[in-house]
Amino acid sequence: MSVKGATHQAIAHDSAAKHVSGRAEYTDDIPEPVGTLHACLGLSEVAHGRILGLDLSGVLAAAGVVGVLTADDIPGANDISPTGMGDDPVFPAETVEFHGQPLFAVVAVSRDAARRAAVRAKVEIEPLPHVLDPVGAIEAGYPDVTAPLKLERGQVAAGLAGSAHRIKGRMAIGGQDHMYLEGHIAFAMPGEDDDVVVYSSTQHPSEAQHMMAHVLGVPSHSVVVNVRRMGGGFGGKETQMNLFAAVAALAAKKWNRPVKIRPDRDQDMIATGKRHDFVADYEVGFDGEGRIEAVEGLFAARCGFSADLSGPVTDRALFHADNAYFYPHVRLRSRPMKTNTVSNTAFRGFGGPQGVIVAERMIEEIAYALGRDPLEIRKANFYREGGDVTPYHQVVEDNILERIVGELEESSDYQSRRRAVMDDNAKGGIIRRGIALTPVKFGISFTATWYNQAGALVHVYSDGSIMLNHGGTEMGQGLNIKVAQVVAEAFGVDIERVRITRTTTEKVPNTSATAASSGSDLNGMAALDACEQIKARLVDFACESRGVAADEVAFLPGRVKIGGEEIGFDDFIRQAYVARVQLSAAGFYKTPKIHWDREKGQGRPFYYFAYGAACSEVSVDTLTGEYRVERVDILHDVGHSLNPAVDRGQVEGGFIQGVGWLTSEELWWDGDGRLRTHAPSTYKIPLASDRPRVFNVALAEWSQNPERTIKRSKAVGEPPFMLGISVFEAISMAVASVAEYRECPRLDAPATPERVLMAIERLKQER
Amino acid sequence: MTMVRREIRFLLNDDEIRLGEVGAGDTLLDFLRIGQRLTGTKEGCAEGDCGACTVLVGRLSDAGLRYEPVNACIRLLASLDGCHVVTVEHLRGTNGGVHPVQRAMVEHHGSQCGFCTPGIVMALYALWMETPRPSETQVEIALQGNLCRCTGYAPIVRAALAAADHGGPEGDILVTERARVAAALAGLRDGARVEVTRDGQRAILPADVDDFAAVYAAEPEATVVAGATDVGLWVTKFLRDIGPAILIGHLDGLRRVEEGADGLSIGAGVSYSQAEAALIGAFAHLQEYWHRIAGWQVRNMGTIGGNIANGSPIGDVPPVLIALGARVVLRRGAERRELPLEAFFLDYGKQDRAPGEFVESVVVPQPEPGVLHGAWKVSKRRDEDISSVAAGFAVTVTEGRISDARIAFGGMAGVPKRAGAAEAALIGAPFDGASFARAAEVLPQDFKPLSDWRASAEYRMRVAQNLFLRFWAVHGSAERAELRRVEA
Repeated sequence: MSVKGATHQAIAHDSAAKHVSGRAEYTDDIPEPVGTLHACLGLSEVAHGRILGLDLSGVLAAAGVVGVLTADDIPGANDISPTGMGDDPVFPAETVEFHGQPLFAVVAVSRDAARRAAVRAKVEIEPLPHVLDPVGAIEAGYPDVTAPLKLERGQVAAGLAGSAHRIKGRMAIGGQDHMYLEGHIAFAMPGEDDDVVVYSSTQHPSEAQHMMAHVLGVPSHSVVVNVRRMGGGFGGKETQMNLFAAVAALAAKKWNRPVKIRPDRDQDMIATGKRHDFVADYEVGFDGEGRIEAVEGLFAARCGFSADLSGPVTDRALFHADNAYFYPHVRLRSRPMKTNTVSNTAFRGFGGPQGVIVAERMIEEIAYALGRDPLEIRKANFYREGGDVTPYHQVVEDNILERIVGELEESSDYQSRRRAVMDDNAKGGIIRRGIALTPVKFGISFTATWYNQAGALVHVYSDGSIMLNHGGTEMGQGLNIKVAQVVAEAFGVDIERVRITRTTTEKVPNTSATAASSGSDLNGMAALDACEQIKARLVDFACESRGVAADEVAFLPGRVKIGGEEIGFDDFIRQAYVARVQLSAAGFYKTPKIHWDREKGQGRPFYYFAYGAACSEVSVDTLTGEYRVERVDILHDVGHSLNPAVDRGQVEGGFIQGVGWLTSEELWWDGDGRLRTHAPSTYKIPLASDRPRVFNVALAEWSQNPERTIKRSKAVGEPPFMLGISVFEAISMAVASVAEYRECPRLDAPATPERVLMAIERLKQER
Repeated sequence: MTMVRREIRFLLNDDEIRLGEVGAGDTLLDFLRIGQRLTGTKEGCAEGDCGACTVLVGRLSDAGLRYEPVNACIRLLASLDGCHVVTVEHLRGTNGGVHPVQRAMVEHHGSQCGFCTPGIVMALYALWMETPRPSETQVEIALQGNLCRCTGYAPIVRAALAAADHGGPEGDILVTERARVAAALAGLRDGARVEVTRDGQRAILPADVDDFAAVYAAEPEATVVAGATDVGLWVTKFLRDIGPAILIGHLDGLRRVEEGADGLSIGAGVSYSQAEAALIGAFAHLQEYWHRIAGWQVRNMGTIGGNIANGSPIGDVPPVLIALGARVVLRRGAERRELPLEAFFLDYGKQDRAPGEFVESVVVPQPEPGVLHGAWKVSKRRDEDISSVAAGFAVTVTEGRISDARIAFGGMAGVPKRAGAAEAALIGAPFDGASFARAAEVLPQDFKPLSDWRASAEYRMRVAQNLFLRFWAVHGSAERAELRRVEA
């Protein structure tokens, strides 16, 4: 008999039964105490300007209004910059820096009353010139919002000069809205003294706690943040929640009443940050076999008005501008540009996807220039022994990508399907087809090294039931079930004995964001550490009480073996309790081996790499630019999976989200700097009918993490997102077919039907 | 004198609800979440696009009691008079356990964050009830109104295909209780006009079509609301007061689809879903097009009449109906008049409709022999998106020459509009590819489209021109001329 719900078992999400029945509680479902007030933000309608007057008399006079909050109502610091830059006001006092920037909040007896009141503000703003895009920002002499990064190895100028072939190009890469189904929300309850308890949909409770303390001007110990679950996060709730938490907390303390703020979808999308758009300029030198000699790249990003996480995001773009390929000579630079747009933030992949797609663009350029299958060029440039040093001087040690790509090439029948696609296209029809097989290599660890720590708190109650708490947050990714599996296995009890509780800053302090795919790596290890501490005490107790040696004690499924005796786990725990054994422990973990010197651009920022590959086939309508994804095959590396069902879900879901980023999801600002795609009616994420009908997803079952991660698993949240690039390249191939593949179509992302059709028309005219 | 009732009465799961204080703009979702604390139904967008708020509404009609999924976020509360509202909290298996749809969703790992899940469960519940063994295409079409950001949908589709493995609808509570519920709903009907109000925002549900005509003639400033898929957003997004509002979605007299000597007559209150069978039956080329209009929930709520009456330049129905030669019947009091559909649209935001006058029906003539049809919608996302360009083609070929052409576009001007110059170029020309290419060339004489977030003017024009080539490819050459929703 084995433990039900041990690691490596494909078991359902712990909340699945509650999800399907509507009983899973989200922040907006928490019963509101009598007297709860509701806040709504008032937004700027100018992209850049000086605030001359903020007349809120109409707002205050509206029905149901209790009061307003402005920059003047902030007792502590008017700043929620997550990186300590001091450039992120709750409400700006003097200058408006983007269309949609929150200027004040109104607090009323109902959400409806607050929304109706907010639009009654009269704001006088003297407009200043604005810049919306990164290239325009460079041209206008706008500053970087944070320090740029340079990664350099070898002699790039000499490398390019010595290359048989050189290609220069530019690629524009669109941003992406998170479009979590549950929008932002914060619900604050005032307490005695300086206390406030906040329920919030945040990926980073500790940061929300610290930010609220900072804004309220109170010590962090006065603020408690709770989150049971989020209705999706994807990075959008890593820092962007701070605004809502701060407003709720400020209002709760000002009026001494519970205050909830839940922006409507439009405000959520207008006033909170997104994935960074990039414009990348690249030059690649290569030989006649398509082997890369040298790469020079400049990555300019639309960061928005403040730094937020733009530093580490643009850094990660550079860290992944090699994707899986060895560049003998390389120089990569970032330009994190200030723009008069909402401050962009974390989003699954955190800049990495924008780097990876540029690497893939260079591969495509080489392939079209040489008239070769892009897959050949990919393989020719993989990291391998003798060419295994990244632009940031970390050695790639586990080169398993050749095996992954080789297996996928075979299982997807890539070669014969590619021939069929080309034969079909040669007939010159209206519907063209494309196929592409692209890899991903993704570095795992926060590049802010201090973030790579975690805590957990495990209690074993005297009846043998177990309560688990850790610093990670559940946003659907299955973190809680994975960590619970670790705990169940550690004690040898069925997973039903392990109670997963909400994340709260009261139980585990100073946690890191649940981000960077790190959740189960970090929190799984911290929870295991707590379990091992308790187990060590239990083993001591067993030895002392039975007079046996430690190696004679074993935790078996549901029972404990002590010498020749077997005792049920619950009975054993009861005995330990009576014998006054401490049955609670705080666990801790920090990732080993990693270090990073940003000044030098050298180090080992990543503990390990996760790998994967996807082969996608599409059909493109050359009259409208519309397309269908016909078939996708994926082979992905999650090490020794903690939960194959959960991991497969991450691979499938991440892939489709990546496809959305590169196809139908387009952010569109008008000339006044107003975002016009700010709700699902105008911003189009994939639907069920956009997923491929043939979707073969497999985990590389042979893979084990060579590093000593939790049960030798690998992180899975972000890497599969980049497999969506295979769809983009397949569309590109179909487009290229109208000019017999003589030219790389240089599609920009997202490849909306419009961009696809215009690329087709351009190639047809050049033909 | 018509009897007036001052409360709405409906069934919510197992309970009968009577409400007197209901405003014109009050939504079902707020009533469920705030009023009843039925928090399983979620708000994701408040504009009918994400489906997180999906509930079933059962309604008695000539065809009996039928349940359809709708968006609670934009469904006006007052419009539920006489209906049965079913939320996720009502689902259960035959033995009190989880429902087959829910069980399949758990087994196939169909939820991750879980926020979209209750809405998806409700859409799949509705599908399972009507079509327990759906095809993949049917599942995709049923889920066009539901967004999931986590799973990538594959596990949800797997669950939908497997749901009936855990039991069919025969034992389901909405089936076993159908007669009882139908009787209860019939008992709520008293033939009265219903008028409710809150904070001065009146909602009026006329007793029948004649009563509607009388009420509207008397209160021509009122907002007429059929499915609320447009007006609902005025409330939730623009915070507009819509009272007094005349709700007409319940009027059986406007929900008739009738085949007559002069064609197919579709009442203004007929939903997209209700019209589907008759329209596609008569015009097979609309099959693909029809399933690109909105999502299932909106197709169940939105009406043909509303899509015409609101005069949107990007409505999906007008271009194809104009091409088919449809005529619109307008009524004011007891007076009726009829005009070609294209003549109804005068200018952006302006229709040929007098105060107190309303669209009563649209009449689509039977197709003449020899007419070739085409209908295409082009949008950024294939399904549940607003058109960049929509087009309807009806081309008559006589002895190798084009003898007539009716071609209308949406998204190309301030109104749905015929392509007069292009039609003229075609009429009399030989039925060949060159004629369609020439017609495409003159299209800029007909339209000067705008650029916006959906598409640039340049793209709109190019696509509209290319649709002439498509028409020829579909009807004149044998090659694979379009991407279709295919069965795997």
